[in-house]
Amino acid sequence: MGLVSSGKTPKPLQHLLNYSRKYSLWMLQWGLACCAIEMGAALAGPRYDVMRLGVIPFPASPRQADLIVISGTVTDKMAPAIKRLYEQMPDPKYVISMGSCANCGGPYWDSYSVTKGVDQIIPVDVYVPGCPPRPEAFIQGIVLLQQRIMSEDPAERWRGATREPIVVG
Amino acid sequence: MTTTDLPPPGELPEIAVDPAAFRHLADAQVNVELDTGDMVLNIGPQHPATHGTLRLVVRLDGERVVSADPIIGYMHRGYEKLTEFRTYPQITTLINRIDWLSSFANEVPFIDAAEHLMAIEAPPRAQYLRTILTELSRIATFVLFLGEMGLQVGAITPAFYGFRDREYVLNLIEAVTGGRFHPNFNRIGGIKDDLPWGWISECRGVMNKVLASCDEFDDLVVGNPIFQKRTRSIGIIPQELGAAYGVSGSNLRASGVDWDLRRDGPKYLVYDELDWQVWTHPDGDSFARYWVRLQETRESARMVLQMLDQMPSGPLMAKVPRIIKVPAGEVFVNTENPLGEMGYYVISKGATGPFRTKIRSASFSNVSILPWLLRGVYVPDIVTILASLYFILGDIDR
Repeated sequence: MGLVSSGKTPKPLQHLLNYSRKYSLWMLQWGLACCAIEMGAALAGPRYDVMRLGVIPFPASPRQADLIVISGTVTDKMAPAIKRLYEQMPDPKYVISMGSCANCGGPYWDSYSVTKGVDQIIPVDVYVPGCPPRPEAFIQGIVLLQQRIMSEDPAERWRGATREPIVVG
Repeated sequence: MTTTDLPPPGELPEIAVDPAAFRHLADAQVNVELDTGDMVLNIGPQHPATHGTLRLVVRLDGERVVSADPIIGYMHRGYEKLTEFRTYPQITTLINRIDWLSSFANEVPFIDAAEHLMAIEAPPRAQYLRTILTELSRIATFVLFLGEMGLQVGAITPAFYGFRDREYVLNLIEAVTGGRFHPNFNRIGGIKDDLPWGWISECRGVMNKVLASCDEFDDLVVGNPIFQKRTRSIGIIPQELGAAYGVSGSNLRASGVDWDLRRDGPKYLVYDELDWQVWTHPDGDSFARYWVRLQETRESARMVLQMLDQMPSGPLMAKVPRIIKVPAGEVFVNTENPLGEMGYYVISKGATGPFRTKIRSASFSNVSILPWLLRGVYVPDIVTILASLYFILGDIDR
């Protein structure tokens, strides 16, 4: 991908790359707490069915994933594992933080064992607020992330450029 | 040696040699040469088969488990400490999230404990509403189990059925409480609101749907020969051992112990006014646990239908002071939650919040039997045994 890693991507190629990346998001599930059930309802529930948006939630390994969804309470004991698996993902990679606990600690803001927000260990692209967020809110997060993917230059993202996070709602 | 030294052929004794003996010898030799020791397989802390953040360190001899150590604490959020810094109404928000599949059932024992200390009792209609919502959350928990268990043995369809039925029940809970599965609806001395208009007839319809889909599960999963082969006589918990480990709820009833706190414990809610039965199964294996939960889902749906018919009218709140201060004292209240026996030991010193709370959660005791239960099973059976025990990580680590 010499074309992508040096300089700007040509517009038509950029459109093609973004279009294909947008509808084949391989998603690493990181279901931790209550939000994992709502994420499960969005993934497997017949009412929501996030796969129609091109999100495939079954990569065999983080090395095949484009997107990681942290849903639930991140504890200090769990944080190193999240960091390690995030680093195994290939660039360009995206992070959705789902639920108040992953965003900022939520109802456990004064707990001794909870990490107050997953953004302390990995950069977050989309925050989905709620305790827990409804499956619709999670799907909205996916849609907003897809819009962002469509509008960005993959070459910049490849080189590790970060942008302002999106907040759903 | 020349051929003349050998004895003539007819004089040699006939020895019957079992060829299997040579094969075993050869195998033993290969084992000595290729000895690699036991293999250590680390499942988790994040793995779909462990239903959350349970980590299992399993030592394998070939395909068999030599020993299994569950490592917990990845979901420890420090509830018992947090309750010391919250007031009583604030704590119900927290304890919703201990066992997140059946949140409403968690509130009941804690609110009961506070009411015991304050010596107030909720009015009958509030008691009925609490019982209905508890049973609804039991159904919401169990239908998810009925689907998920199918998923763990390789059948994907039941999982969709389970989520479908769960959505029906969650809609009902949301219509009453405003929350899909963290209702925070109990108040000390009663319940926050009355039922919305038209809810009772809708609830009747959904309960009939649940009963019909239980028949579907009966046909699709219980009657399936593959499912039976994967679950029958696998993961057997003997009665005495299960009781000694503190296993409770449906897991213990599946081992043939006829014990249900709704019937046998001290009176709580309105279970003594209903006509229902406790289901047990003599086998104690994974299949029995599935079967018992299927029957209990049906029983809960029938109980809700009964309660809708005989619900009294009247006030929803007892007379409670505006700022709740609980008098000094200690109380232990335990109830039959969907996952097992859940109890709160509350010590109050007369302040707005408890001095100390000890939480006895069902899943913690239920998984404590895992090292014993997983010894000697095959690797694929680990997954079905874990699924059939049905624990929630928040309920284990708190």
